[in-house]
Amino acid sequence: MIPELGEYALILALGFSVILAIVPLYGAASLKTIWMEYAKPLAKAQFFFMAISFACLGYAFGQDDFSVQYVANHSNSQLPIQFKLSAVWGGHEGSLLLWALILSGWTLAVSLFSRGLPLDMLARVLGVMGIIATGFISFLLWTSSPFLRYLPRYPRDGADLNPLLQDFGLIVHPPLLYMGYVGFSVAFAFAIAALLSGRLDAAWARWSRPWTNVAWAFLGGGITLGSWWAYYELGWGGWWFWDPVENASLMPWLVGTALMHSLAVTEKRGVFKSWTLLLAIFAFSLSLLGTFLVRSGVLTSVHAFASDPERGFFILVLLVLTIGGSLTLYAFKAPNVKSESSFGWLSREMLLLINNVFLMVMAVTVLLGTLYPLLIDALGSGKISVGPPYFNALFVPIMGLLVVSLGFSSVARWRNTSLESVKQQLMLPGIISLASGLIFPFLYGDGFNFRVFIGISLSMWIITTVFREFKGKFRSTTSIAEKLKQLSPSYYGMMLAHVGVAVTAIGITLVSVYSEERDMRMAPGDTMELADYQFKFLGTKSVKGANFVADQGTIEISLDGESVVTLYPQKRRYNVKKSMMTEASIDPGLFRDLYLALGEPLADGAWAVRVHYKPYVRWLWLGGLLMALGGIVTVFDRRYRKNDTQKQGVANA
Amino acid sequence: MPRLLLFIPLALFSILILFLWKGLSIDPRELPSALIDKPFPAFKVEALLSPERKLTTADIVGKPVLINVWATWCPSCRQEHEQLLRIAQENKIAIIGLNYKDERTAATQWLTQLGNPYQFNIYDESGMLGLDLGVYGAPETYLLDAQGIIRHRHVGVVTEQTWQELQAIIKSWEKL
Amino acid sequence: MLKLLMIMAVLSFNSVHAAIDTYEFKDADKQARFHELTADLRCPKCQNQNLADSNSEIAQDLRQKVYEMLDADQSDSDIVDFMVARYGEFVLYEPRFSLQNSILWLGPFALLIVGLFVVLFLVRSRSKNSKIDSAEVELDTQQQKRLKQVLNKGKK
Repeated sequence: MIPELGEYALILALGFSVILAIVPLYGAASLKTIWMEYAKPLAKAQFFFMAISFACLGYAFGQDDFSVQYVANHSNSQLPIQFKLSAVWGGHEGSLLLWALILSGWTLAVSLFSRGLPLDMLARVLGVMGIIATGFISFLLWTSSPFLRYLPRYPRDGADLNPLLQDFGLIVHPPLLYMGYVGFSVAFAFAIAALLSGRLDAAWARWSRPWTNVAWAFLGGGITLGSWWAYYELGWGGWWFWDPVENASLMPWLVGTALMHSLAVTEKRGVFKSWTLLLAIFAFSLSLLGTFLVRSGVLTSVHAFASDPERGFFILVLLVLTIGGSLTLYAFKAPNVKSESSFGWLSREMLLLINNVFLMVMAVTVLLGTLYPLLIDALGSGKISVGPPYFNALFVPIMGLLVVSLGFSSVARWRNTSLESVKQQLMLPGIISLASGLIFPFLYGDGFNFRVFIGISLSMWIITTVFREFKGKFRSTTSIAEKLKQLSPSYYGMMLAHVGVAVTAIGITLVSVYSEERDMRMAPGDTMELADYQFKFLGTKSVKGANFVADQGTIEISLDGESVVTLYPQKRRYNVKKSMMTEASIDPGLFRDLYLALGEPLADGAWAVRVHYKPYVRWLWLGGLLMALGGIVTVFDRRYRKNDTQKQGVANA
Repeated sequence: MPRLLLFIPLALFSILILFLWKGLSIDPRELPSALIDKPFPAFKVEALLSPERKLTTADIVGKPVLINVWATWCPSCRQEHEQLLRIAQENKIAIIGLNYKDERTAATQWLTQLGNPYQFNIYDESGMLGLDLGVYGAPETYLLDAQGIIRHRHVGVVTEQTWQELQAIIKSWEKL
Repeated sequence: MLKLLMIMAVLSFNSVHAAIDTYEFKDADKQARFHELTADLRCPKCQNQNLADSNSEIAQDLRQKVYEMLDADQSDSDIVDFMVARYGEFVLYEPRFSLQNSILWLGPFALLIVGLFVVLFLVRSRSKNSKIDSAEVELDTQQQKRLKQVLNKGKK
């Protein structure tokens, strides 16, 4: 009964999306207020029924209703309850339902938090989001309903969730990620609304900014979490594989970063409007493209959902209509009149342009590398692979260039800055950065290392220039406390995010250069040494988990004779799927991780054991979290919270 | 900035869509053989049922043959076995087995129980011949011409349709 | 479709755990090369994994082969050529630099150059504007007289 209710609620949600897609847009075009007013209640209704639908699916999982195909394929009675519930988004159909739910959530949020927005603008924005929702809910109902049943004969128990997904990561990573992916639809909708209305002043930039920043923060948080999850779950100690699905999340994030910065300039200076509009369309288009790549079977990935060309075709049609439609609208209606504002060589505007160039090249590199095998195959020229060597070779240098320009942007002013002023402000940061880069590998490692020199110098470059700018704010104040309160959340957010970049860069550099690993055969009683630590293997014993049986190893770790920690890596065998899985055991630390995994059992109670020493690996994710936090902090800026119809009047004049 | 420039993103997108659409009909996991139009790798391996007999490339050249890579641990090989027996009965082309990373006793038992469509079997216990051949997962079936050049590789179960395709290829040689 | 499912049934034999072999090299340099080679070579049948991380049979066999070849003092390019001869360029995670792959390797760089040129062009045209904006237009006395005349005309 409940699954059918869920399907019915979904149909009702579709109905409301269709109305939302038509009525407010027509109202905005013909200036009929009543029609436009429908947008807000429609958004609420759509969310209400999507929530019911999602709750029904959750209920089916919670109650072990194996007559529902999707539940039977992804769950099991022995599965712990938290994984039963997160298994809702463990497969294609359920995760798509989550996608649609989150989309309706963002739509609701826009309808609730848009006090200062003129009605026709709000109507258009919600209308566009209604169009997108129509597409996705149709996709669900037509090809991917999670509510289909196995009737009359259904399995007594489910096929269980993939053991790799039976983890905390599944509970948080997909929802965060989808919040980001889908969140870019808001910036997209604002851009389309601006194009439709022809009202392309800087106001739409101001309205878009908080929505964009939050979506960007969520996406960044989701990517960071995904990397952390892969690290401890997959047993290889790796944190980024340039896998197509990972790339699918990185690309919108990169373009989203460019968009965030471009919106700032468009709002403050009224320039680059066309480019910013295009970026808003690009960011969400890449989210949609990512959805296509992951669910259509077009690319091979460990992360990909079970694929089906029929579904792939449906998403392709969605892509053509949404992206094609928006790009056509853009081509016809984007402003091609250059704005009056001018700026010089050494200005924030110029550096912003540079920042965008670098970010776009990075995004295109990832896109090219991800799609190239497909392109070559489609042209009939055989099968090739593009992997980490390519991406690392091209992506990292451009990221380095981006970081260099970041330093300059801290001290550049709007419109123009004198070369003298820049030189004077950046001299000390430059010296400190280079010196740190030179000294660090001697202090920490075995002597000079070029990669460490570059990595540390660039990271310190960010930190010193950010600090320089911060210090500069206090040059003409007496009360520090007053000034601290005066500085806007936007500014604090920017500082946090930029420092986050530096922290991530340090993490990447040091873990890439200084990590050590060894695979060894160890019999009970054997010891091994790695990176000054001693590892003593004490054999294994059998343990039982909720839905698995495992061989658990005991390894004592000591440093210079003093005991540090004992770790218990496991080799699990899950009861239902009968698959084997390695559960690594990690001793986390701010400055190093010790990572242990069991391989195959060898003769005489011995095991193949892998030991990793990973210095500063946590900095990677800390940096990512700082960036996401920075994005969230900017939203608390007063100017977004004030109901300033007054400012609007001026802007529209 | 001329209006035309603003159409560039749309143009690029259209090209991308064409490729993605084409991509839907391609299987990205299907790997074409790297040895097409190249000779079968040289080998010297025991025969499965008569271990004293050492097989070499000389044993597979002379007329077109099908080399079928199979093993007892491979469930799909079980599925295609009947089709192979049918093909062997039609007597149009010889099937030579390549028993890949298997156990001699298990393999012999399998053939006794289920029937033997193979003229003889190359017992590639180590899998090294398979490696030289570019085998990545059983079952695989290679079509060789009379000179021992690999002309076609089929990955997966051999069905009636596969047999029709293979016959069509062989017929096309006779025309030359 | 059925064929695809059957292939997938066979090929999904790999289990989900780390591949840990215990190859010990006498030579630290060879150890490092083994690491790199198995990281940059793709497992022919897995869902996008390199030889180092995959636990499928074919990946184990290929790792063994890499180990043997390194032990026999073969060069990196020998080993790579060996793999490509049997499995095609598919097994290379670093695509070879050829005419076919030129767009792949040079594209981003070309785009970067184009982007920087566009920025150059944009800034130049806007700096020129700013020179006109801020440049003071001096009127000589005659022009000032004419200006007054024109303005007065307008007032009528």
